[in-house]
Amino acid sequence: MSSPETGQGGNAPKAERSPLRRRWLRTPGQQLAVLGVGSVVAIGLIMALLSWASGGTGAAAGVDAATGAITLVLDTEPPQMNSSISSDAISARVLGHLMEGLTRQDAQGALVPGVAERWEITEKGATFWLRADARWSDGKPVTAHDFVFAWRNTVNPQSASEYANIMFGIRNAQDISSGKLPITALGATAVSDRELRIEFAQPVPYFARLMAFTVFYPIREDFYRSTQGRYASSANTLLYNGAYRMDIWTHGAQIRMVKNQQYWNRDIIKINVIDFAYFTSDNNTIINLFRDGKIAMAEIGQENIEQAQLQGWNINSFSEGALFYVEFNHRPGRITANKNFRKAIQYTLDSSEEVNQVIKIPGYLPGKSLFPVWLDGVEGKFRTEYPVREVTPDLEKARYHLELARKELGLERFPPIMLLTGDTPVSTRVSEYYQETLKQSLGLEIRIDVQIFKQRLAKMLAGEFDMVMAGWSADYADPLTFGDMFHSSNVQNRGRYKNPELDRQIDIARSSLNVKERMDAFGRIQDIIVEDVVILPEYERGRLYVVDPALTGMERRVTGFDPDFTYARIVEK
Amino acid sequence: MGRYIFTRLLQGLVTVWFIATATFLAMHAVPGNPLSGNKALTPEIQRNLEAKYGLDKPVSEQYLIYMGNLARGDLGISFTQKNRQVNDIIREHFPVSATLGIIAVVFAALGGILFGALTALYRNKWPDTVIMLLVIVSISVPSFVIAAFAQLALVRINDALGFALLPVAGWGTVSHMIVPSLVLGLGTMAYLTRLMRSSMLEIVNSDYIRTANAKGLPASRIFTGHQLRNAILPVVTVLGPAIAAITTGGFVVELVFAIPGLGRFFVQAVQQLDYTVIMGTTVFFGAFLVLMVIIVDLLYGFIDPRVRVN
Repeated sequence: MSSPETGQGGNAPKAERSPLRRRWLRTPGQQLAVLGVGSVVAIGLIMALLSWASGGTGAAAGVDAATGAITLVLDTEPPQMNSSISSDAISARVLGHLMEGLTRQDAQGALVPGVAERWEITEKGATFWLRADARWSDGKPVTAHDFVFAWRNTVNPQSASEYANIMFGIRNAQDISSGKLPITALGATAVSDRELRIEFAQPVPYFARLMAFTVFYPIREDFYRSTQGRYASSANTLLYNGAYRMDIWTHGAQIRMVKNQQYWNRDIIKINVIDFAYFTSDNNTIINLFRDGKIAMAEIGQENIEQAQLQGWNINSFSEGALFYVEFNHRPGRITANKNFRKAIQYTLDSSEEVNQVIKIPGYLPGKSLFPVWLDGVEGKFRTEYPVREVTPDLEKARYHLELARKELGLERFPPIMLLTGDTPVSTRVSEYYQETLKQSLGLEIRIDVQIFKQRLAKMLAGEFDMVMAGWSADYADPLTFGDMFHSSNVQNRGRYKNPELDRQIDIARSSLNVKERMDAFGRIQDIIVEDVVILPEYERGRLYVVDPALTGMERRVTGFDPDFTYARIVEK
Repeated sequence: MGRYIFTRLLQGLVTVWFIATATFLAMHAVPGNPLSGNKALTPEIQRNLEAKYGLDKPVSEQYLIYMGNLARGDLGISFTQKNRQVNDIIREHFPVSATLGIIAVVFAALGGILFGALTALYRNKWPDTVIMLLVIVSISVPSFVIAAFAQLALVRINDALGFALLPVAGWGTVSHMIVPSLVLGLGTMAYLTRLMRSSMLEIVNSDYIRTANAKGLPASRIFTGHQLRNAILPVVTVLGPAIAAITTGGFVVELVFAIPGLGRFFVQAVQQLDYTVIMGTTVFFGAFLVLMVIIVDLLYGFIDPRVRVN
């Protein structure tokens, strides 16, 4: 952009130029204007050149009725698409559409046959008979061997699967995982191509439900080997037996799934293309894409609720079935190991007030029990059949128990209580509410320790807290997924709560095949949690989302992959 | 000259080694288990995972193994993107960041020089006042705020027009690039504008400009040939670090505009304690920064003969 001028003087050549050009460039301001225009052209050219050199992501509409395609956002790149070692919700969401287990959930969430057409479960084990028309995307049949191969991979110590323990109900799984037995010792055998037999280590009453879970999907051995260690790292190193197959996977940018023509139940699939064309977890971006009609569905973050309401959208709420709670540290020597102290706090805090006055997000339910409301009991919902004893706030009782605790502990006054919490807006607000309430009502001083996720986990594991704000979401649709959390041997029991009676009830719930007997045990567990103030349930988290009116039949799921587009279709607006 | 380049590269290598070591130590000092997820791990699974990622060995041994692999150019496998080599992550995502960065830098440099020259030319007149006001705003407001506002503005504009003038997010075409690169380059452009302005004003009073005036050179010739060319020098100096900073610092813009660049991985890795990605991206960005500074130092000699190295 600097002039080609090199020399001294220079009056003479200038005079020879045309009058027009001389006038145009007479003042520096005019020169700057020319340079400015030149710059814009230069930037445009550079952009055009660079865009030509790089691939593009989708610019299609959120719902395209003509092609039967929908476009969506994915929070991040799926971390692990190898189903046998995958453990996160994002990968599960994508895999759920690409793969099918022995069983699956129908549109109402009920358990229906998947690859298996029927099954039988006893105390000793289970047998699954596979349907003849279940096929891989390359046309070959799905066999019992494919399940055995995948499951062996899960319990193989070398694959270091984080979900290996979900298979510990199968005979020898735990010993294989700790390296004591070879993977071939796993109690899952392919009797024939279409018959799979499982031996249990202990009875697993909910085994059929487990079969819909990600780690139990099949993987075909010859294909797995042909990828030479790169299985599930790209669209063509994956083989599909589900409703869709992946045809584009640009890392960090796009995953496009198209209807799998080999899928046995293909006639029920109405959406031809599901395109995850944007990878971002930024709530504002997601809402802006939805406003712009670029995506078919958007989760609404807390900061955007007002904006969504202003837009006049039909906002849906969904209780994701996860329980959030305050966990006490029961390790000996901790103030929170004192039952009267915990009771004092139980009589002070009010989960209804917390949800309605502090959190104030639609879709959240006040936590009352260890067991969320969605769980099934004997015939109806567990919580209707076994109502939880509700503790109403009572300041007098709270002070009475606090005084008892003070005497039992032999304290003059209570030292500050450490409340460990996460760094999300909700947990920050709630912990400040606790701090304020406990200060005003009981005169307790609460120190809030805000930590990012991994550091909070590390501190929980090390027991560096008095109270911690924790959460748990269901792995499978059975009360046991919550019920066994405070078993003295459960690694999830970070407060180190120990109660032989609770352990006994959990053991009954784990092994009994009698539904009534199991539910009675869960009822007892629910009582113990409240009576002994093991934890304080805070809330069941809700989620808000909007869906393009042209898309219907998208299912939200408490367990399994969520959201589920298998039964969705496009309608006229 | 060759010897000079060699010394500089050697110094750069030591710097990169230092960055790698410091990052390694800091990373291991951060509390938290890189392998933990939502669910607690049973002891046998925890052991299996540690063995897989080599975390069962003492830190000193892990350091030697890592440095050995680094020397061979192997950055390992990501802890969170479990099927991907860190080398692949960098290879696939850095070009996107670089593209965004290059456009942003070109935009910042050209804009900075032009606006700086403009303000100097119309000193204390209205263009100067308006631009300098905007410069102060652009320097003070952080890029995540500007990014969010820019995106919201786009939605509003598209809404009002009834068709998509420019996409709200995404990547791949010229229309995707315009707004993110403007947002990313804005801060640097504002900074360069100020630098250019003061540099221009300093030169106006220098002897050679007076000489040029005295010998009757037309104003336009003095402006481009002497004033502009000399005033650009300080701008070029800061351009090297600016290129590196823009190319590596785009994570907010990448997140907001859903751009598949490397910056996002860099930030997420720190949050998730993804050891190999933290190391890989830090070392890579560190090396990139060092290289940029060296290149600019060499270029400087070509632009200004007075500082040419012997």
